[in-house]
Amino acid sequence: MSAIGPLGIVPEPIARQPWEMLIPLVLLTSFGGLVLYSAGGGAMHPFAASHFIRFLVFAVMTGVIAAMPRDAVRLLTYPAYVGVLLLLLGVEVVGAVKGGSQRWLEFGPIRIQPSELMKPAVVLAMARFYETLPLGLVGTWRSLVPSGMLIALPIGLVLLQPDLGTSVAIAFGGVVVMFLAGLPLWWFLLAGGTAVAATPLVYFFALHDYQRARVTTFLDPESDPLGAGYHIAQSKIAIGSGGIFGKGFNNGTQSHLNYLPEPHTDFVFATMAEEWGLVGGIFVLAMYTLILRWGWKVSSQSQDRFCALLAAGATATIFFYIAINLLMVMGMAPAKGIPLPWMSHGGSSMMTNMICIGLLMMVNRWNSKAPRRGFSS
Amino acid sequence: MKIPFLRDGPQRPSRVINASILRSSFDRRAVVIGAVQGGIGVLLALRLGYLAVTQNEKYRLESESNRVNLTLIPPRRGWILDRDGAPLASNRADFRVDLIPERLRNPDATIDQLGELLSLAPSRIADIKDKVATSRGFAPVEVASGLNYEQFASLSVRLPDLPGVVPQRGFSRFYPTASSVGHLIGYVGPASAEEYEKDPNPILITPGYKIGKDGLEKQFEKELRGVPGARRVEVTASGRIVRDLETREDIQGAPVRLTIDGPLQDYAARRIGLESGSVVVMDCRSGDLMCMASMPSFDPNSFSDGIGGVEYAMLREDDRVPLRNKVLKGLYPPGSTVKPMVSMALMQAGVDPGETVFCGGGLRVGNRVFGCWNRRGHGAVDMAKGIYQSCDVYFYAMAQRVGMDPIAAMARRCGMGQEFPLPVTSQFYGTVPDPAWKMAKWGREWQTFDTVNATIGQGYMLSSPLQLAVMASRLATGRHVMPRLTLNTKPQGFDKIDFPTDQVEYVRQAMSDVVNGPGTAGRARLPVDGIQMAGKTGTAQVVSLSISNGKTGPWKYRDHGLFIFFAPYDNPRYAGAVVIEHGGGSGAAYPIARDVMTFMFNPAKGLEALGALEKQWGGTAQQRLDARYSAYAAARGATVSRAPRREEEIFDRVEAEARAAATQTESIATEAIAPRPEANPSAPPRAAPPAVPAETAPTPSPVAAPPPTPETSQ
Repeated sequence: MSAIGPLGIVPEPIARQPWEMLIPLVLLTSFGGLVLYSAGGGAMHPFAASHFIRFLVFAVMTGVIAAMPRDAVRLLTYPAYVGVLLLLLGVEVVGAVKGGSQRWLEFGPIRIQPSELMKPAVVLAMARFYETLPLGLVGTWRSLVPSGMLIALPIGLVLLQPDLGTSVAIAFGGVVVMFLAGLPLWWFLLAGGTAVAATPLVYFFALHDYQRARVTTFLDPESDPLGAGYHIAQSKIAIGSGGIFGKGFNNGTQSHLNYLPEPHTDFVFATMAEEWGLVGGIFVLAMYTLILRWGWKVSSQSQDRFCALLAAGATATIFFYIAINLLMVMGMAPAKGIPLPWMSHGGSSMMTNMICIGLLMMVNRWNSKAPRRGFSS
Repeated sequence: MKIPFLRDGPQRPSRVINASILRSSFDRRAVVIGAVQGGIGVLLALRLGYLAVTQNEKYRLESESNRVNLTLIPPRRGWILDRDGAPLASNRADFRVDLIPERLRNPDATIDQLGELLSLAPSRIADIKDKVATSRGFAPVEVASGLNYEQFASLSVRLPDLPGVVPQRGFSRFYPTASSVGHLIGYVGPASAEEYEKDPNPILITPGYKIGKDGLEKQFEKELRGVPGARRVEVTASGRIVRDLETREDIQGAPVRLTIDGPLQDYAARRIGLESGSVVVMDCRSGDLMCMASMPSFDPNSFSDGIGGVEYAMLREDDRVPLRNKVLKGLYPPGSTVKPMVSMALMQAGVDPGETVFCGGGLRVGNRVFGCWNRRGHGAVDMAKGIYQSCDVYFYAMAQRVGMDPIAAMARRCGMGQEFPLPVTSQFYGTVPDPAWKMAKWGREWQTFDTVNATIGQGYMLSSPLQLAVMASRLATGRHVMPRLTLNTKPQGFDKIDFPTDQVEYVRQAMSDVVNGPGTAGRARLPVDGIQMAGKTGTAQVVSLSISNGKTGPWKYRDHGLFIFFAPYDNPRYAGAVVIEHGGGSGAAYPIARDVMTFMFNPAKGLEALGALEKQWGGTAQQRLDARYSAYAAARGATVSRAPRREEEIFDRVEAEARAAATQTESIATEAIAPRPEANPSAPPRAAPPAVPAETAPTPSPVAAPPPTPETSQ
């Protein structure tokens, strides 16, 4: 950009945009659309067209978020958090009234999944909390308990739905913010140790049967080759059979002949890798690396604690999606309903990830406006 | 890193947490998290490379085996043709449905649903359930074949909900003359689990593939089998076929051309009618077996999907043993049909055929009297009269003179006790007794009454209808005719002359007189101008007289009726034998021989005679079998126990029973030789009358022995 800027060919507002992230993002989304075109049987419908439309719609939303002024954000953070929390509560209420568990609320034609909104909301609220927490209190119980409540409340509600994957994603974003906020390291080590110790108890007493099956299958895929293990086995076959250059666009047999479950959502990466091979996979990984690296750059260039924590939390949330999904499709994590950002077909994850991008762009804009200041507000 | 436990102490360093400490902590921790993320990214890239490059071959194969489904196309089986090229076993295109038990999700529900869709009988549904429950999972079970298109289509539509159900277009075996060829041709069926384990060829467990289970179908399995075709298709995960990739046509099995005359076989089988028996006809000039009918029989068409419980129960309970091939596995005392053969032995031993013996109704040997069937005696009897009047005394007397050994040797030379090189699964070879044999077998000396018994074809002597037919053709031609069953084998034995021409002509004339002269089978005369049949009657007693008179009373105590024949008598073309089990005497046998030979020379006349008879009997053999089956199924359908799962069990059981049945004559009193009173008093020893009413020729008197056991082989 610096090479273009001085020449004056590109107008300043355009040159100012974070192209190092936007170009990979657009490439990735377009590539995702291409894969969905193939997954849709070589047609724009039903997946590819809506994928692009969603991206454009959410891109506008991202622009709006990016343009928000710093004070407004600071002001709105807690109300937004409370609002999403109420929506989550609403899900429970509606679910209880209707008799049956569900994860979304319907407002006319729009279906909102509040647990998705909660991921950026938690990050925002946590960043705001640690911004306002007097520095001297970091390391005392007052730095832990309120923020712990901020995380625990939504997780509790989401677990009731029940949606273990999203709960873990929310916790991940929140814990990363806590970690970066400077809380004593031994707290995390202690919590980690406790978690490891508690794993067997959770496995036997807290998980649902289908969740337990996923874990068992992950640990021993051969135990059920036609049932739960089938998904992962077929995903590995798809990826492995693609080879270096893949079978070619629209030539994936695993996806086209329905051997691959959910070739357009959870297993979109397998669909891609079958047709584009190792080369396509490396491209996707490279695009994610560029986007995430930019996220970290934004975070480290932040002038204040709020911005730094917010940017890091948003980046971590995006990362969590990518990592869990890819680990899953390559057979290194239990099968979970976590889609791949900007490639999977689906509105909720697209919205969450675009909100995170919007928050990052917003912080980036603030950063570029003002020189770096001290780390306190 | 701070050491938290030290902070509580009084000398805890008062650390002031300020912005720059937090900032540097943030930067350090951000680097840690970034490193972890980068590490995971590298891990993912490595994993991707491992899957896509190192393991590529393995996964490529797995993806191919997902995508491509290889279906074997069962080869069309070779036809079995009669001597004129008409099919005795052919293939019919049809729609069929099979089950693969191991792929069924809920077997009983699926079978019930199929039963409803295809409107199967309850007994059939029970059979299928039973087979699915007991079969190995991989072996297909036939549900139905010969479906019409609507049934097939309605089933195909529901296929996604019926895993393990395989409907397909294919060919099924078809036997146009059904039960007439049942024993001869055998039948086909799906390969059993044992057969698959012996020969783990995937074609064996392909639905719709049948192998020969019995008879010629089994014997010529290799020739008939053919080469399976293959169809490679691309399929979706749910098994829907996307497109054909490649198809290789099957190669039909080679046809097998038999010497059997299809229409004659069918005619003979039908002509046996309500009796239980067999008809064998041979071509004297080549040894061709033109007819090997054994009735009652089973319908091989209905056996091709396995033997149903109801059907098996019906066939098993029948005392006429429809599962036994009586041509090869029925052993009977040949009775007086051996007399022409004994005559040959006498002439070979130097007896002048013109020499006479006086028959006064019995022959005294030592202090014993052996009775002739005709108590009033035949008067002076020469060899010819001995044959056509079936005089027992003549043969008793002459046999005493030459002894048993030449007679036994002649019996063997004529085919008794012999096995023939035929492509059959099993043949019994019966018994030709002689002193050495008796000593070896029973450890007893040969007695006078043994010779007496043997010369009239009783006692230990046992032979099969096939052997009797061979004997007839050897007597008729004087050559060592060997039977053959396929047209591509060479006729054998014609270069070997057994008997001199003058002796052959003498016996021919005497046997002609049995039918056309003053003999015992006047009613066997052919109603065909210019062709005269020669023959010899036989009546074989199966139990002692104290139990039954042989003509009435319980069926299984009645005498066997036998008849050997050839025609034309002066230039023999065809020879054969008819054996009717418990027919009450030879009168049951020779009318059948007469009609079969009539059909041979004048089919229209033969069919006319048969048509009239079948009207009385209630239809053709197949129609009667079908009617019996439906009546039986209606009456007993619900109560039958299941059929043996393995065909071999059925075969073993049938064979064991055949052996046991051949020992029936042992029930005849051992020592007390009570000469049998005249069973046919209306047959006086007249020399001249053209048509002798004697329906039962010899009712031999001294039949006594320790229990004889037939010698059999496979």
